[in-house]
Parts: sequence; structure tokens; C-alpha cells
Amino acid sequence: MTDPAASVLSADAVCVTYRSRNGAVQALRNVSLAVATGEIVVALGASGCGKSTLLGLYAGFARPTSGRVLIEGAPVTGPGPDRAVVFQDDALMPWLSAQDNVAFGLRLRGMGRPEREAVARDLLREVGLDGFADHAINEMSGGMRQRVGLARALAVDPRFLLMDEPLGALDELTRERMQVLLLQLWQRSGKGIFLITHSIEEALFLATELVLFSPRPGRIVQRYRPTFGRRFLAGEPLRAIKSDPEFLAMRETLAAAILSEEEEGLARG
Amino acid sequence: MDNPSRGAGWASLATLAVIVALWWAVTASGLIAPLFLPGPGAVGLRIVDLARNGFVGASLWQHAGASLARVGLAMLFAVVTAIPVGMAMGLSRRINAALDPLIEFYRPVPPLAYLPLIVIWCGIGEATKVILITLAIFAPLAIATASGVRRVDADRVRAARSLGASRDQVVWLVIFPSALPDILTGLRIALGVGWSTLVAAELVAATRGLGFMVQSASQMLVTDVVIAGILLIAVIALAIELVLRWVERRFAGWSGTR
Repeated sequence: MTDPAASVLSADAVCVTYRSRNGAVQALRNVSLAVATGEIVVALGASGCGKSTLLGLYAGFARPTSGRVLIEGAPVTGPGPDRAVVFQDDALMPWLSAQDNVAFGLRLRGMGRPEREAVARDLLREVGLDGFADHAINEMSGGMRQRVGLARALAVDPRFLLMDEPLGALDELTRERMQVLLLQLWQRSGKGIFLITHSIEEALFLATELVLFSPRPGRIVQRYRPTFGRRFLAGEPLRAIKSDPEFLAMRETLAAAILSEEEEGLARG
Repeated sequence: MDNPSRGAGWASLATLAVIVALWWAVTASGLIAPLFLPGPGAVGLRIVDLARNGFVGASLWQHAGASLARVGLAMLFAVVTAIPVGMAMGLSRRINAALDPLIEFYRPVPPLAYLPLIVIWCGIGEATKVILITLAIFAPLAIATASGVRRVDADRVRAARSLGASRDQVVWLVIFPSALPDILTGLRIALGVGWSTLVAAELVAATRGLGFMVQSASQMLVTDVVIAGILLIAVIALAIELVLRWVERRFAGWSGTR
């Protein structure tokens, strides 16, 4: 299914070991995972299973202890605007308006004010915040802030979007609306998305590739290729997909897998 | 109608009114002699007289202006030195380790305790007073700046870096504005310290200034000038505080709600 012209962001047999007071802790063991443009790779798993560590490697915030992280075949040496990050806690600049937040990355490049404001306004419209350009961040709800964060990441036109539980703090309805928005933006832009979540439903609905992580040491234990997101974009109604027996069956399979991994982890100590 | 903040405002005014009324009662009834406590009317008239005729060789405006100029100059020096130093301390563990002992050593010492040393080195001129106030303002401002820089949300810095920010851009477009509320709070506290230090310093060595005016008046037993001077010192301190609160709301208003 991968387009031959696609760019690839890949982790290649990476291990990450932290030194802590109780000796060495292995956050990631031998993880290989590639994100191609046009794909949504979702990492699912309990907290502390290394998903965020992997995102940090992709983003260039940290280096692997061993193994390689490559973007289009070249090693990742640090953060850069080809891999924009969306955070769970929006990490916006609260002293800037919504529009100036979205334009922040363009300002860093020295783009002139009228140009970047035009780009920012277009993006705010695209994420459904038309008319909120001059609003202060602390006047906005959590869902609106996440939309601003998403627009800010899109403004620098990255090839990859790295999203660390971007919808984790939102209520159920807002969350579903954001999932739909994310799928639509993804379809229009063809970006490669790496998304971390705790929610099985969210993972199934969004992913083109779903990887299940297990903790201590963090590693990938299962890989799936759900098609529900593409079915939704092809016109199937959301409620029909989420009550489809196949969707429900996969949800149960994943829940059971997570539970058994957790129990195994506890047994291992 | 039932506005709680307006109710609070009335409570403050009521306190003020009660105090002035008591003051008037104990003086008008002759309970306390005017030498010890002149009445509100006498002090009010004295303030008008001070504004017109001045006291001990300088007009009221020259006294107040001398005090304000000293604090203003010291604030300027402290802002251009303490904020960069605090930023550097907050950003670099090594710079912090180098400077922290120095600042923590002199910070708890009351400025009036090292005033004599500065007088020996720099004489009793303007320089001494400005240096004293600058030192008094420097430590709290540098410490507030450094702690503000250290408290910056790590994800905010990461977000900027992943959008392509250089190191300088991170410092000036993310860390400095993030720390600004702490810097302004530090400045407000530091200026309070600076103002009280200045007035105390003028009691020791000066030929002009509100502190000097109060000191000379007390030596001549002109009690109404002493009280008028104290009131003016308090009013100016309040005005400085209100201006800085306005600055905080204007430039760091976002921090209160987050």
C-alpha cells in the first residue's frame, strides 16, 4: 500500500536505557517501526511502556542508546520542522493570540507578518476555529487549544506529525470530533502521522498501522492493520463503523492483549 | 448590585475613615499634644505649605524628585544587569553554581549594614545611594528571574525546537516571555525593598530627599512635617506598586489564569 514516492521516518532496532538510582532501566528494547507519509501509525499501550520515548527519538529530543533513527535514510540529529510535534498538554505560548501561536513556526523562519497571518488564518479555518484568530489561549477550551496546537504544527508544513496523546485530556464527544478532523486533515495533506494513545477505540479508528506496546522493557508485542479510518473517509457512517462486529471484536482482542501483557508484567515483577 | 469587589472597596475606605476620625478625635480633644501628634487638618495644611514653600532649602518636589531619581536610576541599572544575570543563572547550571553563593551571601544582609562600607569607598554623594539601592534590588530580581527561567514548561521549549527554533530564538521567544510574570513580580518586590532602603539611607547621609526631609524635621521637632513626609513616602510607594501591577496585568496578564 506504501506509495513509492513516500518519505519514511524509521526507528531501526532502537534501544534506550536510562540510568536510575535502582540501576539501568530499559525504556525501549529492540524496537523497529517505520512511519511513511500517507500512513497513520498508532502506538497503543499502558503508561510507562516507552511510547513517548519512541516519539522523543523520532522528534530528535533524545538519541537512542543503540540502533538508528532515520528520516529518508539520513540519521535524525535533532528536532526540526519536518517532524512537528503535538503535545498532550498543548504547550502553546499563552502570551500570544491563537493566530500568533499558529504563525509561530513561520515567524521563526523570518516570514513577514502579513504573509504568516494569512497562512495562520487559513489553517485556523481548516481546524474549525474560524473567527478565533485574536482570542487569547486562556480563553479557549481544551479542545480548541488542541486545534490551535494542530494548526501550529501544520503551519510549518511538516512531512510528519508526531502526536503524544493529543486527545487524552478531552471529553468523549470533543475527542470523537477531533478524531474525525484528524482523519480529514490527514486525507487532504497526506502527511505521515505517529500518534500515541491510551484509547483502544481511538487507535482502531485512526490507525492504518496499530502497534501494541508492552512495558518493562518497552517493546512492540503486536502489529495490526485496521481499515476503519479509511472506511470512514470512504463515506461509511461513524456510528456504523464503531458498532461493526469486526470493530468490536478487534477492540476485545486488544483489550485482552493489553490485560494479559499487564499481568505478565506484574508476574515478572 | 451585589458586587463583591465594590463591597471590598467600601471596607477599605471605611477603615481609612475610622482611622482619620480617631486621629482627629484624639488631637482635637487635646488628648495628645500637637508636638507629639498634630491633627489631620494641621498636617493637610503643612502638605500644602510644603508644596508651596518647601523645607530645609529645597522644595517638596525637589525632595521627592531626588528620592525618585535615585530609585529610578538604581532600577535601571538593576534591570539591565540582574535580568541577564538571572537568565544566565536559570539557563546554565554552571553559571548558577558560580554566582549563587555570592548573591545568597549578601542578599540576607540588611543594606543599611553595608551602607557604611559603601560610604567609606564612595563618599556620601549620589553614587553611594544609587549603588546601595541597586544592590538591594539586584539580588531579589536576579533570583526571581533565574527561578522563572527554571520553571519554564519543558514541552513549550520542545515545541519551539520542533518548529525549527534556534537556541537564541528559544531563549528570547519562549523562555524570556514564559519567565516574564516571575520577573515582573520580582521587580515589584525588589522595588519595594529598594524604596524602603533608599528612604532609610537618606536618613543617614543626604542633603535632599524625602527621608532627609523627615529626618531634619524630627531633629527640629516639626512633627507635622514628619507625618506629612511619612504619608508622602507611603503614597509614592503605593503609586509605584500600582504602576507595576498595571505593567504585570498588561504584559503578563495571561499567567494569572493558567
